[in-house]
Amino acid sequence: MNWRRWLGFEWRVAVKFLREGRSQTLLIILGVAAGVAVVAYISALITGLQASTLAKTLGAQGHITLRSLDDVVLSAAAPEPGSTRLAEVQPRAQRLRSVINWQLLLPVLEATPGITAVSPMVSGAGLALRGEAVQSMALLGVDLDRYDRIVGLRGKVVSGTARLGPGEAIVGRELAHDLGLRLGDRFSVQTASAGGTSSGATVTEVLRVTALVDLGVKDLNERTVIAPLRTAQSLLGLPGGVTQVDMRVSDVWQASAMARELRQRYPLKAESWQENNAQLVSALNAQSVSTAIIRGVVMVVVVLGIASVLVVSVVQKRHEIGILRAMGATRRQVLRVFLLQGLLVGSLGSAAGLLLAVAMIWLFTTFVRGSDGLPLFAITLPLATGLNVALVATVCGVIAAIAPARRAAALDPAQAIRL
Amino acid sequence: MTSPVSIPHTNGQPLIRLRGLRKSYNLGQPAEVEVLHGLDLEVKRGEFVALMGPSGSGKSTLLNVLGLLERMTSGSYELLGEEMNGLHDEGLTLRRRRALGFVFQFHHLLPAFTALENVTLPALMTEGFVSEAQRAHARELLAAVGLAHAEHKRPAELSGGMQQRVAIARAVALKPALVLADEPTGNLDQASSSDVFSLLRQIHAEQGTTFLIVTHDPRLASRCDRLVEIVDGRIERDEPIGAAAGQPA
Repeated sequence: MNWRRWLGFEWRVAVKFLREGRSQTLLIILGVAAGVAVVAYISALITGLQASTLAKTLGAQGHITLRSLDDVVLSAAAPEPGSTRLAEVQPRAQRLRSVINWQLLLPVLEATPGITAVSPMVSGAGLALRGEAVQSMALLGVDLDRYDRIVGLRGKVVSGTARLGPGEAIVGRELAHDLGLRLGDRFSVQTASAGGTSSGATVTEVLRVTALVDLGVKDLNERTVIAPLRTAQSLLGLPGGVTQVDMRVSDVWQASAMARELRQRYPLKAESWQENNAQLVSALNAQSVSTAIIRGVVMVVVVLGIASVLVVSVVQKRHEIGILRAMGATRRQVLRVFLLQGLLVGSLGSAAGLLLAVAMIWLFTTFVRGSDGLPLFAITLPLATGLNVALVATVCGVIAAIAPARRAAALDPAQAIRL
Repeated sequence: MTSPVSIPHTNGQPLIRLRGLRKSYNLGQPAEVEVLHGLDLEVKRGEFVALMGPSGSGKSTLLNVLGLLERMTSGSYELLGEEMNGLHDEGLTLRRRRALGFVFQFHHLLPAFTALENVTLPALMTEGFVSEAQRAHARELLAAVGLAHAEHKRPAELSGGMQQRVAIARAVALKPALVLADEPTGNLDQASSSDVFSLLRQIHAEQGTTFLIVTHDPRLASRCDRLVEIVDGRIERDEPIGAAAGQPA
């Protein structure tokens, strides 16, 4: 029976009071619903927008990239104690260098919690030649399966089948167009040998196109040639070596912290996608801050709305509060009657607001289309976000009720009855 | 709590004992005014007392202090043998709930609740829910005040006299030791007023509840057993009246 006793009186009176001021109650519930709908919709919209932006950006790169440290010029001798040395140092030209011990590093990285995929890559510059066409290109030597787990390469194939046997290559769509390549065609790849351009020697290899890919960015499509690791290693004069190790992590926002940890652990350069896309990150952060501000302002409006209605209600119900107090309702009971009203208005408004938000999202995804006739980006209201917004609004309802409830509880029964 | 009928109307136990009760308003301010100037009064269990006095004499203030709605400034007030002076708000509220019933001049029902809900409100307030037994008891009370047919009506659908009868049923729902009535018939026409008064006497006769009734109407006062008259915050007269032997009117 305890569940019936608990707040039974307060509950009944709160509901009666709300029903008595029906239009007032309905209006404020609609107000809360509008606030909750706006917050939930904006949250879903921004989350969808950010997820789509992130997916587009991170689709073509690893979340964390390990490279060998830059070559630096070390001074010949330490300066004399107490003396100051002035020096002008010419920075060194950076040659391709392998990540040391990368074969041993792979299993260690793969076993690190939070890292979901690891892919070694050797990359360098070269020329793609076919007939009279010469295009500069970026040569990426990868293990196809591992690389696919980083950038989802197979999903980006626009024609052909992604396959990287010896002497095979996957080529960016625009580059193929520029070279006049179709599936199965061969083209030459020419690179400077390990000695650099100064030696004058070049390495050339003929590759056969197995697939064309659209990497999402035209610039990349114009110069990407993806070849087997070994082929690229020999073309770039880095036998057995890789120039970088790409990683994918489960929580993209943790990438920066994980990169920092990797830098401390290994004598390697570890860069997160955040460091490589600082402008994007600050744009996303600005969006998140704006969303938070909008949420905050809307919630303040909701609190003020509920509070003002309840303040009026306390004035209107002074007489009834006086009767209840005379009959033996304690101050705490009266307090709870009004807190419950805040809770009820907040939760009913939240429920209505979530329905409204779902309707708005449906309208957005159904009627707002991009130039290609497809939805701009997917927006959904995750259950957790919806519940979170509803919970915050409900708590706001209770908070809004605190001041009016205290006023009601403080009413002097003798005075309230006389009115 | 009293049980019906079996309790003798005046069994000699003091229900209320006032000693030197004073009540001032605006205490410590230039406008300080003392309304009750040291009252001594005893009311025994089962008495039916009329409290009279001109306007501004302090009878409503006395009723509020007795009803634990206002605090006394000084003196002693024992209710059911327990000193009330110095109790905190919560203590006063709980004693109000357990021991007292109120009937006000303007009936003061809760407009959003039906007649039956108004009568079960004290039980709901105390227990957090209304048991079937309590609901049945409330129906009996409504029947006793002649409103069996009106249990689902809201106060606005009832006449003034009917509302006052609902208020009386509510006041006695938890069988309080003392019912305080502030001009319970002041707002009613003569016929209704006589009916309501008869109802109070009937409940007194059946349940042995103690009544303290503020009234301006000498004819109604004469139907009580004892008359206490207050003038200028002092008790001017305190004597048995009417049949005086304590018989119901």
